[in-house]
Amino acid sequence: MTILKGKGVSAGIAIGKLKYYDRKGMAERSDSPIITEAEEGRFNNAVNAAAKELKSLAGSLREDGQESAALLMEAHAEMAEDPDFSEAVILIIKEKKITAEEAVEEAGEKFVGAFASMDNPEMKVRAYDVRDVVNRLINIMSGKNSYIELDGACVLASDNLTPSETASLDKEKIQALVLSEGSSEGHTAILARSFGIPAVVGLSGELLSCCSNASVIVDGKSGEVILEPDLKTIEKYEKAVEEQKHSAEELESYRGLPDATAKGKTIKLYCNIKSPDEVSEVLKNDAHGIGLFRTEFLFLGREAAPSEEEQFNAYKKVLTEIFPGEAVIRTLDIGSDKKASYINQTWEENPALGLRGIRLCLENKELFRTQLRALYRASAFGNLLIMLPMVSGAEEVIEAKAMCEAVIRELKSEGVKVADAVPFGIMIETPAAALISDELAKIVDFFSCGTNDLTQYTLACDRTNGQLDRYYNSGHRAVLEILRITTKNAHKEGIWVGVCGEAAADTELTEALVAMGIDELSVSPGFVLPVRRKIRSLNV
Amino acid sequence: MISFDYKLNDPMGFHARPTGQLVKEAKKFESQINLTYRGKQVNALRMMAIMGLGTIGGDMVTVTVEGKDEEAAASAIKELLEKTV
Repeated sequence: MTILKGKGVSAGIAIGKLKYYDRKGMAERSDSPIITEAEEGRFNNAVNAAAKELKSLAGSLREDGQESAALLMEAHAEMAEDPDFSEAVILIIKEKKITAEEAVEEAGEKFVGAFASMDNPEMKVRAYDVRDVVNRLINIMSGKNSYIELDGACVLASDNLTPSETASLDKEKIQALVLSEGSSEGHTAILARSFGIPAVVGLSGELLSCCSNASVIVDGKSGEVILEPDLKTIEKYEKAVEEQKHSAEELESYRGLPDATAKGKTIKLYCNIKSPDEVSEVLKNDAHGIGLFRTEFLFLGREAAPSEEEQFNAYKKVLTEIFPGEAVIRTLDIGSDKKASYINQTWEENPALGLRGIRLCLENKELFRTQLRALYRASAFGNLLIMLPMVSGAEEVIEAKAMCEAVIRELKSEGVKVADAVPFGIMIETPAAALISDELAKIVDFFSCGTNDLTQYTLACDRTNGQLDRYYNSGHRAVLEILRITTKNAHKEGIWVGVCGEAAADTELTEALVAMGIDELSVSPGFVLPVRRKIRSLNV
Repeated sequence: MISFDYKLNDPMGFHARPTGQLVKEAKKFESQINLTYRGKQVNALRMMAIMGLGTIGGDMVTVTVEGKDEEAAASAIKELLEKTV
C-alpha cells in the first residue's frame, strides 16, 4: 500500500482501477518519397475535419451548460483554420518534402516557440492550446482519435489533460481524476467539480505512470490517493462511499418538496447569485427565487461602468429566467475590499467601515441613477425587488427612495413600461440598522440580513483576518439577538425578513433562524437541498 | 477609418478563448480590422498572430477598422472586447 498526497480539488471518494493515459506518439516519419500535392490535400482535409469536430464538440458542451469550455473549443477551431498556420505548414511540406504530420508538428513548434520565448505563465497556457490543436490535426491524419477511449469505469491518471481531452471525457466512465500537474482553478478541476467527479492534482507523475491497472482509492477532499490499498483500508473507504451515495440519493429525494417545517411553516428558500448565468444553477438545484443578486460583479474588473443597456439586459435575463419566481437585486455594493478603477476612491484607513454600498452610490449619483434606470426598465419583465446595501440610518434610505421615485417618473414620461409594484428593501448588516429596525420597517417593504458583515460589525471582528477565526461566529448569541430584534420589528410592521449571509446555509443555525421567525433564507445553489432537508425536519 | 484604444481587463490578455471570439466576430464584417500592440500590427482574422502578440492584462491595444461597414464593425468589436477581455 502506498499513500500519495496531492491537492484535493473536487470532493468525493472513488475506489477503482487506475488507468494511466499516455499521450499518443507524435507525427510518424516517412522514409518513402512523398507527393507534396497529396500531403497538402491531406492537411487541408484534416483542417476541415478538425474544425467540424471542434464545432460539434462545442455544440454539445453548450447544451451541457459548459459555455466556457464550448468557447474554448470554438477558439481551437479558429486556430486550426488560421491562414498563417496553414501557410506555414504548406511551405514546410513544399520545401522539406516531408509528410503533412511532420510539417504540422514543425509549424506548431514554431508558433509555440514564439510564446514559449516570452517568459511568463500566461504564455505557457497559449502554447498548451496550440499543442492541443496540433495533436488533433496529427491524430486526424493518422486516423487516430483525439479523445480518450476508456474500456470501462476507471480512475483516470495523467500528467495533465488538454482542454479537448477533458471536454470529450465520458463522464459516466470516469470514477475519479488524478493528475500530476494541474491546479484547483485549472479547467480540469472546474469541470470535475461541475460533474461531481472526485479529483486530485499535484501528485508524483512517475509513480502514477507505472501503476496502470493498480487498484486505487481517491479521496478528492483530503487529496489522498492510496495505491494498492490493503483490505482494511478498502473496507473503510467502501463504507464511506456507501454513506456518500446514500446521502446524495437521500438528498435527491427532497427535490420538488415544499420548503416547510413539520408544523407547516413555509420558508422561502432562495439563492444568492453574482452573475445572470448562474440562474440556471439555481433552477437546477430546485430553488425558485433569487434572494440576492450581487450586481457589483457586473462592475468589477473593467475599465468603465457597464452601460444602462448592458445592465438592463443582465437584469432582464435574471428576471425572465427565474419567472414566475421573484428576484431580489441588490444595488451596487462596491467599496471596502471591492474596488473599481473608474470610481474615484480616496485611501481609507478602515475600508470596511468606509465609503461603500449605498454611501458610495449617493456620492456617485449618476452611476446610481443609471443602475436604477436599468433596474426599473427591467422590472416590466418579471418580479423584481430592489435592495440597498450598507444602510446605517433612515436618511440614506429616504434619499435613495426619492431617487427611485424620480427615475420611475422619468421612465414613465419617456413612455417606458415599469412594473406597478417593485418592493423596496434594505440589507440589515450594521448593528445600527438592526437597532433602529422599528423605524426602518416603516419605510421599506422587506429586510435581508447580511450575516457576514453583520457578524463582523457586531463582534468587532475583521472577517478577513485569519487570526480571529475563533472569534468570528455567526451563531454568536449577540448576532442572533440582533437578528431577533430585527425580525420582531419587521413583523410588527408586517414586512418579511430574510437572511442572505453564510449563516443561511449553515444547517446548525437553521432551527434558531426559523424559530425566531425568519421568513426567507438565501443560499448558494449547492445548499438548497441540504437546507430544505433541515427545514422539513424542524418541529417549529 | 475608425480607431480606438482598448485596455485589456482579462489578466491573461489575448488568450485562446477571447481571441477566438474576436476572430469569429471580425469575420462577420467586410472592413479590415487590425490590432496594434507595441508597434506591431496584426489582422483580427489571424488567431495565432493575435495570441502571439504576448499581451497580458493591463496592456493597451489600438484597434483600427476600415471599410464600408466600419462603424458597425467598430462598435461590435468594442462591445465584444468589453465583454470578453
